[in-house]
Amino acid sequence: MIKTDILIIGAGPTGLFAVFEAGLLQLKCHLIDALPQPGGQCSEIYPKKPIYDIPGYPEVLAGELIDNLMEQIKPFQPGFTLGERAETIDKLDDGTFVVTTNKGTKHHAPVVAIAGGLGSFEPRKPILDNLAKYEDNGVAYMIKEPEMYRGKKVLIAGGGDSALDWSIFLADIADEVTLVHRRNEFRGALDSVEKVQHLKNQGKINLMTPSEVAGLHGKKTLEKVTVQNVDTLEETEVAVDHFIPLFGLSPKLGPIADWGLEIEKNAIKVDNSYDYQTNIPGIYAIGDVNTYRGKLKLILCGFHEATLMCQSAYQRIYPDKKYVMKYTTVGGVTGFDGSKKEAPKAVVKSID
Amino acid sequence: MSDIKLKIIDREGVLHEVDAPTDMNMNLMEVVRSYELAPEGTIGICGGMAMCASCQCYVLSDHQLPEKSDDEEAMLSEAFFVKNNSRLGCQIHMTDDLDGLEVELAPAED
Repeated sequence: MIKTDILIIGAGPTGLFAVFEAGLLQLKCHLIDALPQPGGQCSEIYPKKPIYDIPGYPEVLAGELIDNLMEQIKPFQPGFTLGERAETIDKLDDGTFVVTTNKGTKHHAPVVAIAGGLGSFEPRKPILDNLAKYEDNGVAYMIKEPEMYRGKKVLIAGGGDSALDWSIFLADIADEVTLVHRRNEFRGALDSVEKVQHLKNQGKINLMTPSEVAGLHGKKTLEKVTVQNVDTLEETEVAVDHFIPLFGLSPKLGPIADWGLEIEKNAIKVDNSYDYQTNIPGIYAIGDVNTYRGKLKLILCGFHEATLMCQSAYQRIYPDKKYVMKYTTVGGVTGFDGSKKEAPKAVVKSID
Repeated sequence: MSDIKLKIIDREGVLHEVDAPTDMNMNLMEVVRSYELAPEGTIGICGGMAMCASCQCYVLSDHQLPEKSDDEEAMLSEAFFVKNNSRLGCQIHMTDDLDGLEVELAPAED
């Protein structure tokens, strides 16, 4: 069981900054995120896009902002459970919470702060009638163990980096690799596109464009798929063991929606007149995941909400302790790792 | 202040006639959100970067729209329910020549 003071669900900019504000109050944080890396949308969707409305930064790339935040919170040694989705929450008799992920990892904390943005990122599934029947019976949306494709016939669909990269990778492992995409053009790193071209010329990747998968067949497990050329509408049947659609990820509020929290407009209602607490005492919601009158889904607003949440969390954890907020210019930053940053002392020297 | 008139069919098939300003740097996705013609969280998920297809719509009138950018073209190639008249609402900026534009919102992905 992982124990911490504030359990933060979502490692986007708001969740990361909460670690800093909590650290100033000597509170430890642990973050859970469904994505394999911190940063949320900033890292997953638009790392190379510039952001212009972070106070004090005339321009900063989303990916850079995350790198900076990770650097800023490093002294407070946050823990991470990445690649796992927060699934259930249990309130214990003493008012603390246990949050369990889809992989069974348990986290125990007196305060839970949901900074889940638009939700956890789930694979986008193609619209095919009997898709569900073949899930885990030949259809998978991500590649966990490449070895399971050794000597198999694999069909990958998609036009982005992951479709290209996995086609290249599996070309060496699988017996046959077919890559299906609705256009002739791929959207990926130039290097990957050229590699696929090369492997296609060598006959190691069977490229089918502009086409899409139109049907799945097989008694119990997937045996073949129908691929339709979107221009000529001509249909081809391809014998396959595995079909891996890689159409990117889309955010879903997911299991959090069933935690008994008040939901409005796909977001969690909070008390914005005070501390961004939800209808369940001890559970807060900050950043894009919450809603209140006048809500704006801006990173800078998430930072503010995270700061107020931490003050309230402190009072919840230490109801009897007296505390007043201290400026970092005055108190400096003392990390849990023993590091200390503070303003250099002024030099006092008389002038003759 | 200058407004144009748009006809927008929502995902339930209901027709809405709305006024859209051309001087607020707005795009069609934002117009739809400002009138709440689709629930929050189901449209404009990426914020308007042509990186999701939650604002996909079908253009029903014969207005001359600006060419699709590479980003829009690529996103539409990965979207679902795509038709020949599909566009991403976030890439259609409100200009005077779009007066009378008629569009239908594509279904949500799930």
